This record gives sequence, C-alpha cells and structure tokens, in this order.
Amino acid sequence: MAHEHKLEIFRGLWKFKSNVSKIWGVFFFLCAVTAVEVVLGIIKPEVLTGNRFLAMKWLNWIFIILTLVKAYYITWDFMHMRDEKSSLRRSVVWTAVFLICYLILILLIEGDYIYEVYKNNHVKFNF
Amino acid sequence: MEATVAKTGTEGKTWGGGNRPLNASYGKMMMWFFIVSDALTFSGFIAAYGFSRFKFIDAWPIADEVFTHVPFLHGVPAPMYYVAFMTLVLIFSSVTMVLAVDAGHKMQKNKVIWYMFFTIIGGAIFVGSQAWEWATFIKGDYGAVETNGGKIIQFLDTEGKRVALRDFAVHIPSERSTHERKNGVWYDVEPETQTTFNFEEVKAGFLANDNLLIRTQYLDEHGEPTVLNREESVAKLVKDGKLVVEGANLKHNEYGHPLFADFFFFITGFHGFHVFSGVMINIIIFFNVIIGTYERRGSYEMVEKVGLYWHFVDLVWVFVFTFFYLV
Repeated sequence: MAHEHKLEIFRGLWKFKSNVSKIWGVFFFLCAVTAVEVVLGIIKPEVLTGNRFLAMKWLNWIFIILTLVKAYYITWDFMHMRDEKSSLRRSVVWTAVFLICYLILILLIEGDYIYEVYKNNHVKFNF
Repeated sequence: MEATVAKTGTEGKTWGGGNRPLNASYGKMMMWFFIVSDALTFSGFIAAYGFSRFKFIDAWPIADEVFTHVPFLHGVPAPMYYVAFMTLVLIFSSVTMVLAVDAGHKMQKNKVIWYMFFTIIGGAIFVGSQAWEWATFIKGDYGAVETNGGKIIQFLDTEGKRVALRDFAVHIPSERSTHERKNGVWYDVEPETQTTFNFEEVKAGFLANDNLLIRTQYLDEHGEPTVLNREESVAKLVKDGKLVVEGANLKHNEYGHPLFADFFFFITGFHGFHVFSGVMINIIIFFNVIIGTYERRGSYEMVEKVGLYWHFVDLVWVFVFTFFYLV
C-alpha cells in the first residue's frame, strides 16, 4: 500500500486532494462526533432518555452507534485499513467483531439473569 | 542443490510462498496480531463491566455525578468537560501521529520529528489528566455512609442538593489509642482507612439537622437515586448505618457500588498503562528518527508500526469513554 491512499470518505461524498487534508478532515469529523456525544451527555434530552428501543434508551443507542462510527474512522483512516488488502481487513475486523459480539451477548444475558435472581428471590446482596 | 528442493506445485500461486498475500510486512502483520488480541482483552474487561452493571442495574452510580471536576475550577460542577478534553487530546495526538506516518512515507525527516514530538506531548497530557482524575476520585467529594448490607447512603438537604459530611458532622472527642504488642496480636492493625469523621459523629450531626435527608443507591423509575423522607432517613441511618466512607478505594466507594470503583481503576488503569507504554515506545522511535536510523534504512515503516499501536490506544479510549462516562 505504502504510497497510494484512497482519498475519499463517506463513500465518495467527501473527496480530498491529499492524504494530509484527508487526515484533517477525519479529525474534524471525529471532533464533531465527540462534541455531539458530550452535548447529549450533558443535556440528556427527555425524549431520548424516556423512550426505549429494544430495551435500551435511545440516548444509549445513539452513544453506541456514534462510538462505532468513530471506531470505524479511526481504524479505516488513521490505521490505514482503507488502504489494506480486503483479506487483511476482513481477517482483522471480522474476527474481533464476531468474538466481541458473542462475549457481550453471553455476559449481558448472564448479568441480567443474576439481577432477576436478586430481585425475585431471597438472595442477599453479597458480592 | 536442485535435487534437495521439494516442489509443492504451488509456485506462483498467491499462497505458494515467496509472496506477500496480505501485502503487509512481517512487522505490520505482527502488530495487527497484537492489536486484535489486545482488543479482545479490553473487550473482556468492558464486557465484564457490563455484566456487573446489568447485575446491579437498579443501583449503579450515575457517571456524570461522579466525574464532575475540572482542574483549577474547584467546587464548580462541570460533568464530562474534562473527559471530553482528554478525549480530544488523545484524538489530536492520533492526528499528529498519522501525519508523522505520512511525512515518513515522503521521507521528510524534520516533519516526522516534529509530529512525533507533538504526539508524545499529547500522550503525556493524557496520562497526567488520568492521574489527576484518579486522585480526585480517590479523595472523594461529599463523603457517604456505608450500611451493614454494604450499600451506600448519601446526604441531601431538603432542596435536593448534596451535602458534604464536613458540613454537618459534629466533633465528638474520642481517643485513638496506640495498639501495643502486649494487648494482643501484633499484626492486627486497624482494618480500614481512617476517615475524617467516625460514624457516631456523622449520626449525631444528622440527627441534629432537621433539614437533612438520605438518598439511597437504588434508582427510581426516572433513573434518579431514591430520596427518603425525614422519618425514613433517620430510621435508615440509625438502624443500618455502619461506616463512614470518603472517596473510593478497592473496598469502599462513596459514589455507590464498590465494583464501579474497581472497574474504574482496573480499566482506566490498564488503558493508562497502554498510553504510558505508547509514550515510551514513541520516545524511542522519536530518538531513532532524530539520529537518522530510518533515513539510513530507507524506510520509515517503524513509525507506521508504532503509529498503529498509538491509534489502537485511542480506539480503546473511544470505547472506555462511551461505556464509563456516557452510557
């Protein structure tokens, strides 16, 4: 890859003349996303905290999705994943994504189950 | 020579050898191996945090009530601003790192030096901020009382504002005698960290001030901690109160469940250690650039490899930030 860079982000919506300007573009995008997260985290709009989608508050969905967006741009543009071969990209990304999703699923279901046990049965809050 | 070489019949194929099927050098491949495994380690920690949080979902501390401090702004509640600043510092140091990599591709030694320098400064600011945040968290703010069941109760005035122990606890003179060998086993030292007040002083102060209420760890249907009325508060404190807690350590945590503090120390500590080692590695590479090692080698790929690690540290922080401070 070394010297060729793909110089567009957002599927070609935003094109850059050089790699340096692409880096700054991604930086401003990441700052904007962080700013949105912080503002939402401080004001916590009632609409987003009061309503739920698939058992999770809308606000938390927004935070998690924005985090994944940031992770994508850090990996793709700062770590140059965009310029790597697709075989390298897939073996790194899908391995991690699959294992992490599985781990989260298992642990959160288990945590919720124990919460129910504490709540509905006579088990002391002990650890 | 020809006779000893076994032909495999795969010569010239992608995976037949003598080729780089993934078009990445050995060093870069190994860095990706490391990053994937380290990412799984961090996911393990964060998923374990999620597990404990789901287990105590109705009694978990609210992060922006915990991290409300900004250096030099003492007593001004400013939730999130400082972590937002830390996040931006880390993202910015990622940018200077990727600019250094880019300058390295173009063999511009002086630019690489300057960008590496800014990256190191950014990393140092981040580690320093994290140390400050730990110190603030350990020192604590308002203080609280732990009950016999290990729960935390915090104090409010009737307007719903938090009240610090030092504002109402009375001073009861008491003597703290030195433990001597002749009185018992020598290793039986004081079990807990000493607090400014003991439980009796806090209780007396609470009973003397009619406008104080108690807030429990349990969240109501709006996600706010439950506030008891005066009679319930008095009953709760007198019946269940046991121990004064100031700040947080691995056993007690004035902000709520001790597991919150444990995970905070463990995950941000592990991440901070990554940042620290990243800064160290960056410094080594920085000096190598200055003395011209990569100029002579004809390739700045080493800067790219350490850059991968540095971006990974930033990537982990993005997740830590979300799951510790936002969600």
